[in-house]
Amino acid sequence: MREALDELQKKAEGEIASANKIEEFLAIRTRYLGRKGLLTDALRRLKDVPPDERPALGKLSNDIKESIAQRLDEALKAIQSREKYDALHKEEIDVTLPGRTLRYGKLHPITQVDNEICTIFSSLGFSIVKGPEVELDYYNFEALNIPPDHPARDMHDTFYVEDTIVLRTHTSPVQVRIMEKQRPPVRILSPGKVYRPDSDISHTPMFHQVEGLLVDKGVTFGDLKGVLTYFLQEIFGKDTKLRFRPSFFPFTEPSAEVDIQCVMCGGSGCRVCGQSGWIEILGSGMVDPEVFKVVGYDAEEISGFAFGLGVERIAMLKYGISDIRLFFENDQRFLEQF
Amino acid sequence: MLVSLKWLRDYVDIDISPGEVAEKLSMAGIEVESVDETGPDFTDVVVARILSIRPHPNADKLSLCEVSTGDRTYPVVCGAPNVAEGILVPFARVGATIPGGYSIKHSKIRGELSEGMLCSEEELEIGNDASGIMVLPSDLNLGEDLSVALDLRDVVLDVAITPNRSDCLSMVGIAREIAAMTGKRVRYPEIVFSEGTEDIRDITSVDIIRPDLCPRYTARVVKNIKIGFSPQWMKRRLEAVGLRAINNIVDVTNFVMMELGQPLHAFDFRFLEEGRIVVRGAREGEEFVSLDEKERVMRADTLMICDGVKPVAVAGIMGGLNSEVEEDTETILLESAYFNPSSIRKSSRTLGMSTDAAFRFERGIDPEGVTRALDRAAQLIADLSGGTVCKGYIDQYPNKLEAVRNVPLRVNRVNEILGTELGATEMEGILKALEMDVTVDEKGNYLVTPPTFRIDIFREIDLIEEIARIRGYENIPISLPSLTVAEKIGDEKKTVANKIMNVFNGYGYSEVINYSFTTPESVNMLELSQGDECRRMVRLRDPLSEDMSVMRTGLVYGLLETARKNINVGNPDLKIFERGNIFIDSGSGKLPREREKIAALITGARYRKSWHFKELNADFFDLKGAVEGLLEALKIAEVEFRTVNDISFLHPGRSCLVVANEKVVGSMGEVHPKVLESVDIGERAVVCELDLSLLMEFFSDDILYREIPKFPSVSRDVAFVVDRAIKGHDMVKMALENGEGAGTMLEDVSIFDVYAGKGIPEGMKSLAIRFTYRSSGKTLTDDEVNKVQDRIVGEIVKTTGAKIRGAEG
Repeated sequence: MREALDELQKKAEGEIASANKIEEFLAIRTRYLGRKGLLTDALRRLKDVPPDERPALGKLSNDIKESIAQRLDEALKAIQSREKYDALHKEEIDVTLPGRTLRYGKLHPITQVDNEICTIFSSLGFSIVKGPEVELDYYNFEALNIPPDHPARDMHDTFYVEDTIVLRTHTSPVQVRIMEKQRPPVRILSPGKVYRPDSDISHTPMFHQVEGLLVDKGVTFGDLKGVLTYFLQEIFGKDTKLRFRPSFFPFTEPSAEVDIQCVMCGGSGCRVCGQSGWIEILGSGMVDPEVFKVVGYDAEEISGFAFGLGVERIAMLKYGISDIRLFFENDQRFLEQF
Repeated sequence: MLVSLKWLRDYVDIDISPGEVAEKLSMAGIEVESVDETGPDFTDVVVARILSIRPHPNADKLSLCEVSTGDRTYPVVCGAPNVAEGILVPFARVGATIPGGYSIKHSKIRGELSEGMLCSEEELEIGNDASGIMVLPSDLNLGEDLSVALDLRDVVLDVAITPNRSDCLSMVGIAREIAAMTGKRVRYPEIVFSEGTEDIRDITSVDIIRPDLCPRYTARVVKNIKIGFSPQWMKRRLEAVGLRAINNIVDVTNFVMMELGQPLHAFDFRFLEEGRIVVRGAREGEEFVSLDEKERVMRADTLMICDGVKPVAVAGIMGGLNSEVEEDTETILLESAYFNPSSIRKSSRTLGMSTDAAFRFERGIDPEGVTRALDRAAQLIADLSGGTVCKGYIDQYPNKLEAVRNVPLRVNRVNEILGTELGATEMEGILKALEMDVTVDEKGNYLVTPPTFRIDIFREIDLIEEIARIRGYENIPISLPSLTVAEKIGDEKKTVANKIMNVFNGYGYSEVINYSFTTPESVNMLELSQGDECRRMVRLRDPLSEDMSVMRTGLVYGLLETARKNINVGNPDLKIFERGNIFIDSGSGKLPREREKIAALITGARYRKSWHFKELNADFFDLKGAVEGLLEALKIAEVEFRTVNDISFLHPGRSCLVVANEKVVGSMGEVHPKVLESVDIGERAVVCELDLSLLMEFFSDDILYREIPKFPSVSRDVAFVVDRAIKGHDMVKMALENGEGAGTMLEDVSIFDVYAGKGIPEGMKSLAIRFTYRSSGKTLTDDEVNKVQDRIVGEIVKTTGAKIRGAEG
């Protein structure tokens, strides 16, 4: 009996090993483990064995039965998972083909730089405000301490609509309009379009400026330097060197032109900086008492600073653009790069 | 303005390099734009001595000279009559170049070797004498480069003087700045000359009719002058600063203007009728020929210098041809005056004459420097032309300009404004270095009297600026303002605008920026009706071109132009938008009405050619989807796209108004084919233009959370066959209105298919609509839904005459 059982096990294992289809395994199961299977039959024959051998043989039969069942299960699982794998393999795709995308649109580079500037000043508590682009001569010039027939008007070639109406030549009129309506403290940033009749590789008749104004008690020239240093180092990098040079704007005094070390050559002198190593980047100064007088502020009580900068200039330096006119040609091949 | 360093050295000692001078000036507010080394137009010409002279064996007029440069001797053949043993001469060695581009080579002249050339002044272009070789001073070093030996090299700075610093528009002015910064003293030119016996008052007189425009007029008369060329040193100085030498009178007036900043004029006294000067306003329409030989017509507000009869100069701007100094001039009247700056500026602009003189007068000259310049010019004219300066001078000063005196300066105020801790003595030192007079009042504050040439200084803040400037901005410590909270204004607008731009970006639209000016033809191209307010364009007085002569009244034309340009360069598939102001004229004297608009355009393929998508052209609904998305992002609930057919530049069957909260916020539609043809675009394009200011008003960021439904929805789809004229939106509205009576069950009605063609009768279309039902309190049964659904469909059929094409649950 024991020999017969061993024989049976060996035979079953041989059959399992040589099978490779699900049906074959199922047939083996039926042949050995089914109700009329060979192993079932062997168990049935246990009653013919002498009683003292029965427990041992009984256990052996059961062990063999379980072992065969387990082997069959394992083989079946293996084959099922292989079949699933084969099925998925047939679904293979070319993952290197381009994705199905709706391309995101781009903001104009000027808007991007403008937003960057606004974000920096917003974080310093500046409000973003706007003013009219067709402006009264009064706000564009006179209220800013530039009377008619003043040579300072030479600093601004101007588009006139009529004697008293101009296309604003800078965003500075917004400071007057705001101060007329609001008491100090004032902290504003005014971005927008400005106009001057000029057209060549470095001038367009319309361009973008950002004007800033901070008025409060005890604002100093040192504060002006501090805020503008922070701003320019945020835009051009923490290590950017700056210099403040005396200059003249009728609505600020003392006035300062701010240069950054040339971003192209790092200060050694190149075509972009005209060999000087420095690039003029913005104009600034302490608000002139005359301007405070115009808006009814007491210059003994408060002080403030203002600054203005050209957005195109900053964009040109940031992106290495040498012809300002590209910004307004709106060629998609240009705009898509930003 | 060009500044010669060599000329500057006449007035101040400079012991720093030209680069350092430029740096210092720039850092003191006199921006140096370039530094150029200049020198004569020859190389390798050295100082040599003629050791011996022999006659040339084969030519009578030539000599054989032995010349020495100290280290060796050279044989040179020379034809000059003035060769003499022992004299020093300019020697162009073999390899040298001389003006005209000639280079000196070994040569044999009539059989005799010549290893160079002895030069005349004229050959080297350093003088006018061509009669013989130039004889050099005997104390020069042999072998030294001639340009060094004669100090012919110079460094020229190009400086940009800000309009407030008229005092720097001269060599002395720049020298003063350098002196203040380097701790040196200025040497003003010494003015010494002798006068003749004849008194000027016996010769001429000056009559100022308009003292408001001419506060001061001074004059001298110089007789017996001989017109000729100016000496080399003067020519070189003038040429170094970009002026052309003319003759020894005109050159002196230019020289003194460049030296002291006071423009001068010399009249040929012969041509002054009645021998006198009258300063008066021009007569309207008065004709005058200026020195540049142009005929000019005067306006009444232009100040003229006249003789007893006629105008002889446009005051402060340019002299007249009728009184110009000529070769045979013997007596001149020299004018040095102060003219009203804004009057000069106005005249120079109306006449279109921007001269060096006008530039200085309109910025304001030193009213007290007028006579000094007059005397300086008299001195130089006497020296250079041998003239006799008549005794005395005329000084008409009817409108005395009060000098600024005793400007108070508080020491603590300086530090308050600058954020510094400067001491009083340092401030005093700086002011004194700038030639200011400083005294102390009883409160311990300074009283500062600026020199009369500093017309820009009359307030405390002006003095504070001077202290900051000379102290150096780099020496003012950096600080940050204390944070007090300022009122927040305007930021919401920026947020809304950014949101809108983000939505457009998300839908694939890229931003463009066009000029705000456009062509007046734009409104014709768009075929706007005569009464359209967008025809009320603001016109520029002096546009750069007719194409840019008016301010835009809409954004669509600019987008079409942008599209055309892009299509022409090979970018046919476009999704673009622009945000910007438009300008509607409000009539003379008033600012135009400015509105901020946002507009978009789509043309070409809907999707970039790809293996995923069929190639389809973009249409109305592509842009409409973006506009819907935009309005949704702004949380504007009530939106309607109202059919219209009368927007001139839009396709009459494919256009609509965009209505939000029952207000028209813009329009959109396919561009009218004839407009596309006028702007020369071959493809269909769809545009929209919305009023950003209105959208900003409607924007709301109030969000109230609604509970997510607990019970499932049930939907029913029905296809209605209706007349083509029936609008989808009306069907949806009808359904919703009829659903209302049934409580809150009908949740949504949406069109999911539109079909016309095979199987549908001509003139009809099939609209497939999905009705979605849901109750907030329970799961709906089919019966409950069917009851409402049947009623709604029945109403729609009754109202529209629709046929049901098929229905299923």
